[in-house]
Amino acid sequence: MWRDAALVAGKDLRVEARSRVGVNQVVPFALLVLIVFAFALDSDRGTLASVGPGLFWVTVLFSGLLAIQRSFVIEADDDARDALRLSGLDGAGIFLGKAGAVAAQLAVLEVVLALGVVVLYNVHLHGAVMLLLTCLAATVGLAAAGTVYGIIAAGLRVRDTLLPLLVLPVLAPVLLAAARACEAALAGTPSEGWPWVRLLFVFATIYVTFGVVAFGPLLEEA
Amino acid sequence: MTTTTRSSRPVQILGWLSAISLALTAVMALVISPPDVNMGDSVRLLYLHVPTAWLAMYVSFGVTTLASALYLWKRTRSRFWDLTAGASAEIGVLFLGLTLLIGSIWGRITWGVWWTWDARLTTTAVLFVLYLGYLAVRKVPASPEVQARRSAIVAVAAFLDVPIVHQSVEWWRTLHQPATIGDERRLLDPQIHGAMAWTLLLGVVAFTLLYCWLLAHRFRLAWLEDRLADRHLEVAIEERRAEAGLSEAAEVTS
Repeated sequence: MWRDAALVAGKDLRVEARSRVGVNQVVPFALLVLIVFAFALDSDRGTLASVGPGLFWVTVLFSGLLAIQRSFVIEADDDARDALRLSGLDGAGIFLGKAGAVAAQLAVLEVVLALGVVVLYNVHLHGAVMLLLTCLAATVGLAAAGTVYGIIAAGLRVRDTLLPLLVLPVLAPVLLAAARACEAALAGTPSEGWPWVRLLFVFATIYVTFGVVAFGPLLEEA
Repeated sequence: MTTTTRSSRPVQILGWLSAISLALTAVMALVISPPDVNMGDSVRLLYLHVPTAWLAMYVSFGVTTLASALYLWKRTRSRFWDLTAGASAEIGVLFLGLTLLIGSIWGRITWGVWWTWDARLTTTAVLFVLYLGYLAVRKVPASPEVQARRSAIVAVAAFLDVPIVHQSVEWWRTLHQPATIGDERRLLDPQIHGAMAWTLLLGVVAFTLLYCWLLAHRFRLAWLEDRLADRHLEVAIEERRAEAGLSEAAEVTS
């Protein structure tokens, strides 16, 4: 299973690295969203700094949707999904591989966005441990839940509109928990943040488990 | 299973029972029960609000989850559970929409706002969009088996999310503001007036009967649609066969 996962993740990341869609489109889009927020909320730096964590995670969520859609668009061309089905790879392995690749891309995106938030919104970073754990758990949760719903919507004519409808309500608690945990870390009150970090880990565990179990049957019929 | 174009006798009786109990609830809620000391006449909205919420969140979505799980389990897999899950979710979304609407009107009168980010309201709103997504998945065309399995998995995944949503929203609100007073919890506490408690109970019974009646009808409709699709397929196959037979006959004679 792990070997299969590494193969699939390696393949996805290689495709992304060569197509450069992530670097040329998703990352600029994410930075653009940060700038658009600054226009919408007035450039008064106090406001932007105080709502920075929330805006950061909204941006990650929307850019993450693009990454998830990309992850299944590359399987749609040239009937690659059929090849994946026929490859004999373990369904759970394929899930972990695809989710892992999405998580890796999201992690890079989060680093870039964090720099953007620090520079553009004048946010000062505190509580590094909590910030890192929050990012880790939220990224795994986003990638896992996103991959489960990605395969459900993949191959449908309506996938571009169906995926956000399915995935955003499911990810609502991740957005809420990640934003609150980051706020707590930045405000220097970590005791308020730990329950949220735990919730993020619970979410990630549930959806990774669900994906491992359900991805095989879902791939069969996508 | 025999499903006809008309509803069966038990379903008709169920329909009458729910109609009578709904009428009784209306009389109790509008005439017999007294206005609330604090809320005045707006309390009467809650006789609709609480039963619709109970019906949508616990009964409908509970049945959808259970039926989806039974569909996914190989031993109990049958079209019956898939159609039941779909029918129940449709009723659930309808009644949850009504719950939000009635609650909103009541909130405007009592709190002075249409909406507040109270934990319970927020959970309900997220639940509403989760199941809208489920219904959207059910509407995507596919072969019946594929569609049924896909929908069942979405329903189970949505259900897994509910406790997390609830927990997160609960913390979110308690960190920022004290729990809002005046929600239905107060209505259900033991100091409630006798007639009010009875009206509420009757409302819950009436709406549960209504749910059963609607479910039976919605299920029957879905079942008939299924049969119709099968019938169209059979007819089409027969026609193609007939065409093929004709052309063969023509070849033989020529």
